[in-house]
Amino acid sequence: MANTKVELCGIELDNPVIIASGNFNYGYEFMEVFDINMLGTFSFKGTTKEPRLGNPLPRIAECPNGLINSVGLQNPGMDKVIEVELPRLREVYHKKVMANICGFSLEEYVENCARIDKEDIVGWIELNISCPNVKHGGMAFGTDAKQAADLVRAVKRVVTKPLIVKLSPNVTDIVAIAKAVEEAGADGISLINTVLAMKIDIKTRKPVLANIMGGYSGPGIFPIAVRMVYQVASAVKIPVVGLGGVSSAEDVLEMIMAGATAVEVGSDILIDPLSAKRIVEDLPRVMEKYNIKDLKEIRGVAYNG
Amino acid sequence: MKDTLFTIISNLPLTSSVYKMKLKGDTTGIKAGQFVDIRIPGRYLRRPISVCDVQDGILTIIYKVVGVGTEDLSLMMEGSSLKIMSELGNGYDLSLAGERPLLLGGGVGVPPLYYLAKELKKMDKDVTIILGFNNKSEIFYEEEFKALGVKTIITTVDGSYGIKGFVTSAMPDDYSYTYACGPMPMLKAVYDHAKTSGQYSMEQRMGCGYGACMGCATPTVNGYKRVCKDGPIFYKEEILWPTQK
Repeated sequence: MANTKVELCGIELDNPVIIASGNFNYGYEFMEVFDINMLGTFSFKGTTKEPRLGNPLPRIAECPNGLINSVGLQNPGMDKVIEVELPRLREVYHKKVMANICGFSLEEYVENCARIDKEDIVGWIELNISCPNVKHGGMAFGTDAKQAADLVRAVKRVVTKPLIVKLSPNVTDIVAIAKAVEEAGADGISLINTVLAMKIDIKTRKPVLANIMGGYSGPGIFPIAVRMVYQVASAVKIPVVGLGGVSSAEDVLEMIMAGATAVEVGSDILIDPLSAKRIVEDLPRVMEKYNIKDLKEIRGVAYNG
Repeated sequence: MKDTLFTIISNLPLTSSVYKMKLKGDTTGIKAGQFVDIRIPGRYLRRPISVCDVQDGILTIIYKVVGVGTEDLSLMMEGSSLKIMSELGNGYDLSLAGERPLLLGGGVGVPPLYYLAKELKKMDKDVTIILGFNNKSEIFYEEEFKALGVKTIITTVDGSYGIKGFVTSAMPDDYSYTYACGPMPMLKAVYDHAKTSGQYSMEQRMGCGYGACMGCATPTVNGYKRVCKDGPIFYKEEILWPTQK
């Protein structure tokens, strides 16, 4: 039997399949769809200090092999997450969750991370410095190596849980940023967030999204994600979580061969609520098909093999 | 929520751009006012379409060709299978209808009111419906509503059939409750004219259709609500119109 277990920053996962932030809210309400305990884990909705209403509608545009979203980090805010969302999650979910944390200033990131770090159910903090849909925050920290490193250093001083930094693909040199956050003390890196994109309605002659631009996700960005995971994983020593258009067990293997330790599934969840369940169930069979007994055998083989 | 395969039994035009599709599959649990989310081969996102009727394991949807996805759908042949998520959205609350509910539908907002009217007739309600269209050539389902025993009034913007004007031009004086479905300007007009409380079916571009992505979240009196999961039916009292933001 193929071994699907992996270790991510000192915590063992039954399988490498993690649902990416922004596709699963705070998890518990999807128990009616499938038992979410079968996941490796999931990363909850990007959370800020204050509640956020998100961007004006429309926020979704279809494009070839994916969609462009400009949701803009709509979330109930840190207080409600700690007081309402996490207690509900604890009732049904028996694993560690990944906490996706965002902010609009260095101080806010630090405060949010310090608070969420105290929650027992949180296994990892995923520092979101790559949301393309908010101004003065999010991606602003993720596109500058020095700002990213300063932020990671400040957050590391106040947290005890592994800190995984989620990087933006909308940069000239992703390796430079990855190395900067590694040096600043990051315990892991996840990539890629969505690719900045837009869609124009040729009937109305106007951008479809009220926010004009948004983030492109879906199978169309998978090859970009694989390339960037490969570049980053071969350049840093800390574990890398690969994401961007993953929609099958085969994609999971490809990401791991590119150097990922675990893999996040995003948009595929939106068009198929059972996508992550299917990928988890398919994985052992697909591993056997390709003669893989343990995922560790293939991690980074694309550059190490 | 369920995600199952349905087989197309028929797919025929009702007007030059509006089609009626009948599908066989697992329809148990589908309520009036809910919608289905259809995977169309070659298109990434699913297409949310309101439920027009459910009878003996047959799902009826009526859709307008407005883009590439619905155009693909209009070309699909009987016998083909479609992956469909069903039981989506909250559906109508029938308990507030009173004895003489008034239903108002505009254009492709008409279809979900059919299943609603049928359910209300089962409860022996005295149902009146006003169906609004731009002109005579766009009218559909007049006979179907009449066959349910529903008092059916048609309005056309150009006066080529029925009462000239919008649905609000034909609203009677006496009714117990309002159910409305149609384009935003029509809903707003009904909202302004209606003498009773009511339920309004909202439309919004969706990502997932089942509450996961926040793509369709819209402001209400009670904060942002997901049109796909907390809606698409909203009580009059909770609606915030875009200009009121």
